[in-house]
Amino acid sequence: MVPYSPWDIAAAQAIIAPLAARKGATLPILHALQDEFGYIDAAAIPLIADALNLSRAEVHGTVTFYHDFRSEPPGRKVIKLCRAEACQSVGSERLVAHLKQRHGLALDATTADGELTLETVYCLGNCALGPSALVDGELIGRLDETRLSALCGCRAGAGDRA
Amino acid sequence: MSAPVRIFVPCDAAALSVGAETVAQAIAETAARRGLAVDIVRNGSRGMLWLEPLIEVETAAGRMAYGPVTSSDVDALFDAGFLDGKPHALAHGPTDQMEWLKRQQRLTFARVGVTDPLSLRDYRQHGGFKGLARALELDGAAIVEEVRVSGLRGRGGAGFPTGIKWQTVREAVAERKYIVCNADEGDSGTFADRMLMEGDPFLLIEGMVIAGLAVGATRGYIYLRSEYPHALRTLTSAIEIAEHAGILGPSVLGSAHRFDIEVRLGAGAYICGEETSLLESLEGKRGIVRAKPPLPAIAGLFGMPTVVNNVLSLAAVPWIMAHGGKAYADYGMGRSRGTLPVQLAGNIRRGGLIELAFGASLRTLIEDFGGGTRSGRPLRAVQVGGPLGAYLTTAELDTPLDYEALGAISAMLGHGGIVVFDDSVDMARQARFAFEFCARESCGKCTPCRIGSVRGVELMDRIIAGHERDRNLAVLDDLNRLMTEASLCAMGGLTPLPVMSALRGFAEDFRRPAPAANAAE
Ligand SMILES: Cc1cc2nc3c(=O)[nH]c(=O)nc-3n(C[C@H](O)[C@H](O)[C@H](O)COP(=O)(O)O)c2cc1C
Ligand code: SF4
Ligand code: FES
Repeated sequence: MVPYSPWDIAAAQAIIAPLAARKGATLPILHALQDEFGYIDAAAIPLIADALNLSRAEVHGTVTFYHDFRSEPPGRKVIKLCRAEACQSVGSERLVAHLKQRHGLALDATTADGELTLETVYCLGNCALGPSALVDGELIGRLDETRLSALCGCRAGAGDRA
Repeated sequence: MSAPVRIFVPCDAAALSVGAETVAQAIAETAARRGLAVDIVRNGSRGMLWLEPLIEVETAAGRMAYGPVTSSDVDALFDAGFLDGKPHALAHGPTDQMEWLKRQQRLTFARVGVTDPLSLRDYRQHGGFKGLARALELDGAAIVEEVRVSGLRGRGGAGFPTGIKWQTVREAVAERKYIVCNADEGDSGTFADRMLMEGDPFLLIEGMVIAGLAVGATRGYIYLRSEYPHALRTLTSAIEIAEHAGILGPSVLGSAHRFDIEVRLGAGAYICGEETSLLESLEGKRGIVRAKPPLPAIAGLFGMPTVVNNVLSLAAVPWIMAHGGKAYADYGMGRSRGTLPVQLAGNIRRGGLIELAFGASLRTLIEDFGGGTRSGRPLRAVQVGGPLGAYLTTAELDTPLDYEALGAISAMLGHGGIVVFDDSVDMARQARFAFEFCARESCGKCTPCRIGSVRGVELMDRIIAGHERDRNLAVLDDLNRLMTEASLCAMGGLTPLPVMSALRGFAEDFRRPAPAANAAE
């Protein structure tokens, strides 16, 4: 995955300006910022509010409503693991337990070394070939413990992250 | 050297998820190494997902299917002579003759998996733009009438007649109107919208343009869930191609009509599939559900009359316009007319997309098409219609897929997703999950849903732990009734559906011996 840029006000403004003229531009702007920086820095909120003539509270309210928008930079790799019903039926919860028990990895968290962010998602539209995950934007089907460990940068069954 | 052999390797996200990209590369490299000329076409998926990556070779005898192919099979396939359609352990013969496909009635999905999704030439050669051409000869009222005659009902879940919705928007007087395509496809167990957008994006574009002509709208938005990055890329390219070709833009197919489409991404909120929450989100706000009335058809996006339709509703329209509403209505049963793209998912041996006239039974789909569970264990429960849909027992599998028939057994068809569970499922846990999901995804506007879902999780925890079961089951009953009756929208209003159906069909799971305290999670 392309590494994210460090937060930069001038760069953020350059992203916001051309999008601001669109109707209902808040989400397109937030997506563009997150694509660039990996998260929505708190300092982006007044910039968006100014550009769109909204109150900061409105922009803040929008940012926090949506699960997608992070308030912290993610790890170098992002794995979104599906935990919706169709994936449950083929063992997604077993995978969650495996991550926790074998590797000490928790969902919806970033590892202390900043290598890996694991996120919960509900359905990736791959429900006949689950369990599924989106790994840095790449869809993976029929996940099992071994593959997931490898994706997380761990050996299957090994106690800790390598 | 002879003409290159055409080989189809799907670029559908499901096929990619099990290795289609490396297979395409292996074929290209092997052919180059052997000095053979091949033309690799990236098509959509035929929907036989358990066979993905399913590759096809074009031969004099038609397209021959091989699957599931891994990159390590490729050399052996060349050795066996697959370029001439010769037999191999992975061969299935002519694709069109495969039972699973032959038994379907593909109207909406006719081209998906057959053509190159971004080739306008393919699209036209396979009947594309005939519906739009006909619509351009009619006035808006006549288009609406054709859709009304077809009996098409919204495929997003609520099953509202599309013709009536369009008529309302058409009759509304306003300076601007909008067509909004609901591509939020949030239900677990559903992927038909995704497959269509990735496999035949021009069909959705054509459907939206026709909707615009019908109601007098010149701008459309596709609200696409962010979990679909592949569909985003395909749609973005397709819109660009359609603009260059004069299908979108100031003069649709050379007519005096304008139509533009923009894709907007959601941001991981299930509730934004609900149409008024979706409109708020498109306006750049929190996805808080609006009270109705006013209907979006009267005051929708930016306060203007707006058609909000699911991907599959809009994608059904070109066929209806090309063949007539009557021809569409000839398929189906009762008040459910036409075809339904069913999505067979979860613990199923042969999962995928099956488009059939309404009326086939769940058993036909799960047993004949699906071949039972993937695990090989006995089937125990089937959830139909997404996270707000009921869990059915094996005794209910003869129910036909029809809006009213499912309603009659306190279930719902929703977006046509069927999720199969084997006997390892714990239905008390599934009931707990229904509340947990509602608590996470509730927009928070009304108390029965916002607070009720949290209370539901707590109650289920106590019931699972064996704490005062009778009393807590009685409270659960009250809570279900309250949420059903007092929630503003179907999120809170239907969350009790999976819960009550689990209680009804799988009562024993709510009475299991409590797990030892230290074994609890
Ligand atoms: C909680 C909730 C989620 C919904 N999610 C979707 C969805 O993802 N896609 C969709 O088309 N309709 C969804 N709907 C239904 C829409 O509100 C609306 O009925 C539909 O978009 C109308 O289009 P149609 O008539 O073509 O079905 C949802 C409804 C609710 C209550
Ligand atoms: S039922 Fe739930 S999702 Fe629907 S309006 Fe009320 S709080 Fe929002
Ligand atoms: S439920 Fe996991 S991909 Fe749909």
